Amino acid sequence: MSHILVANEVTKQFGSHTALKNVSLEIPKNSIYGLLGPNGAGKTTLIRIINQITFPDKGAVYFDGELLKSEHIAQIGYLPEERGLYKSMKVGEQALYLAQLKGLSKAEAKKRLKYWFERLEIGDWWNKKIQELSKGMAQKIQFVVTVLHEPKLLIFDEPFSGFDPINANIIKEQILSLKENGTSIIFSTHRMESVEELCEYIALIHKSEKILDGKLSDIKKAYKNNIFEIGLETNNQEALLHEMKDKFQILTQDYDSLENQLNLRVQLPSNQSGEILSFLGSRANVNGFIETIPSANDIFIKTIQNKNIDNE
Amino acid sequence: MNKLPLIIKREYIAKVRNKSFVVMTFLSPILMVGMILLIAYLTQLNDTEKKVIGVLNESSYFANEFVTSEATSYINFKDITLEQAKDSTMGLGFYGLIYLPNETNLEQVAQRAFFYSKDAPSATVLDKLENSITTRLRQERLRELGLSPKEYAEMDRSYNINIETFDGLQNVKGINEIKAIIGGAFGYLIMMFIIIYGGFVMRSVIEEKTSRIIEVIISSVKPFHLMMGKIIGTSLAGITQFGIWIISGAILLVIGLAIFDIDPASLTKGGGMSPGMANTANVDVDALTQNIQLYTQEIFELPIFAMLFFFIVYFMLGYLIYSSIYAAIGAAVDNETDTQQFIFPVILPLMLAIYVGFFSVFSNPNGPIAVAFSLFPLTSPIVMLMRLPWGIGEGGVPVWQLVTSILILIGTFIGIVWVAAKIYRVGILMYGKKPSYKELYKWLKYSS
Repeated sequence: MSHILVANEVTKQFGSHTALKNVSLEIPKNSIYGLLGPNGAGKTTLIRIINQITFPDKGAVYFDGELLKSEHIAQIGYLPEERGLYKSMKVGEQALYLAQLKGLSKAEAKKRLKYWFERLEIGDWWNKKIQELSKGMAQKIQFVVTVLHEPKLLIFDEPFSGFDPINANIIKEQILSLKENGTSIIFSTHRMESVEELCEYIALIHKSEKILDGKLSDIKKAYKNNIFEIGLETNNQEALLHEMKDKFQILTQDYDSLENQLNLRVQLPSNQSGEILSFLGSRANVNGFIETIPSANDIFIKTIQNKNIDNE
Repeated sequence: MNKLPLIIKREYIAKVRNKSFVVMTFLSPILMVGMILLIAYLTQLNDTEKKVIGVLNESSYFANEFVTSEATSYINFKDITLEQAKDSTMGLGFYGLIYLPNETNLEQVAQRAFFYSKDAPSATVLDKLENSITTRLRQERLRELGLSPKEYAEMDRSYNINIETFDGLQNVKGINEIKAIIGGAFGYLIMMFIIIYGGFVMRSVIEEKTSRIIEVIISSVKPFHLMMGKIIGTSLAGITQFGIWIISGAILLVIGLAIFDIDPASLTKGGGMSPGMANTANVDVDALTQNIQLYTQEIFELPIFAMLFFFIVYFMLGYLIYSSIYAAIGAAVDNETDTQQFIFPVILPLMLAIYVGFFSVFSNPNGPIAVAFSLFPLTSPIVMLMRLPWGIGEGGVPVWQLVTSILILIGTFIGIVWVAAKIYRVGILMYGKKPSYKELYKWLKYSS
């Protein structure tokens, strides 16, 4: 099986409110899968269905080829967006308790906790109470507890919220190294820059429906629109611009006097970058030539806007 | 794997380690004993303050009525006017002055008698004075009818009717009150335990909700297990607390008995003997001692084991029902201040049970009201326990009522836990709004 998780036409209703409507997903093994969507789109409901906190009204979820059942809980690690710990419990005891709830034996849990506490350099927190720790410190412990039972599938809901940049980076490295070791990861977030950095696949959920999914690079290709950013150095700007306007569609132009550079955004018909390059090559110095690839953020906003227009 | 034991253990340890719990557990017995000692001391203090009352007797009656006793002493004034007597009473700081004027007959004296005091006199003092005068009046009237004081004394002897059950066992007056006190104590204990520990369960649920740890835990544990683990763990902590109280109470009692040099065996002496033996062995002892022995004996003849057994049964079922409701309330709200509207309807049946117990069960333990409330599941744990000291079967609670009430209780328990678990399951993951009853009803219909 190449998919760790398959959701098939999942529908969930709360009273009269439809939280998910015929959502199908295929999450490949050993990948980082971005689950994107505005607030209230249904991401958390979907994650809760995967965690068997709640169950779908219609449709089915398959884990590693089998219909999702309660034994699979031990194979899934979930770091919820809203998270907390027992404030008056000691760090070590609490981590042991949560690990045992995931089915680890006490001895095994202790061993692994030692390893992780050393890895994240938090070994001396063992006997502290949670209320003595800062929010970021508590988040680290939460992260450890989530990954401790070495699940096949990890679900992170906004894992970087509450972290300073340094610690966010530590966590990001840990996530990447977990993926290297064969774990599949679902990554739910609004922070698009982390999507670009981490995710190979994404799905976009909006108003209870999935409106887009696939490999991030494929989606980007599909969304690119042959707009090129060109930086030119030339002695005769007026003439060049005049000549270009006949041949190509210039979207914007501005002159950077400091660098003596003319910056253009040009819309080309598909696959004609060769033509414009050879045209420019004989007339000016080309300092920069780059195709604008839409960011995940752009795709996110654009898709949702289109969807809203469709609905109206 | 069953995670229930793990959850129970954590809840228990979290509760027992809690500082306020530790303080409560070890301080309460000391506070209780301290309070009893304080009350005893204060009552004693009050008693030792002897009241001095002046007597101005101008009449020819009441020569020996006002005799100095432990609590009151009487000082007789002679050959002074009322005004002078008042002044002296005030000047000497006496409690008051009783004035008996010089009249031709006793009736007249009584009519015109006055009691003067600085403040409004206490009821006990007035009672005493009135009693003395009444006795004297009655004596006088009977004398007029031709009765000698000796005959009068004969007539005044008090009388107690002999009581016996149909089985031929000797019975004593007032045993019903003792039964009522024991039953009431059991019922009250259950009510207190439910309110205190139900509250603990509720606060613990709210804590998990507000700290958002619930989000983490709920992915590895079934909500039902979490709820039951919480209820059981908290109740074990409660039982531990009660255990410590009982043990330390017993130790303090033994110490107390040792200090006051009371032989504990003497308290239970009568209990071990059969009624016949008690009677023959103590023929000469006066009636009072015999009565005390009969009381102790009656207490020992209460269905102690049956009562303890049913106490545990009703206690467990009642506690489980109410604490599930408390858990559901905790899950439904976001903070403790929002719980008020839900708490009141929960406490209401408990209060009702206690009141029904005190006003109806004690006067008529097998009357229709007592029966109805000891079958109704939300009041039966308390009311049935109040009826149990009257025995099971003949003369007491009919077996069918006991069985029916337990069956109803078990059925209710299953129903309520099911409903509470549903509300709990939906509620623990709901934030931000204070639900109405209508909303809660809607939650019941959500599929899991």
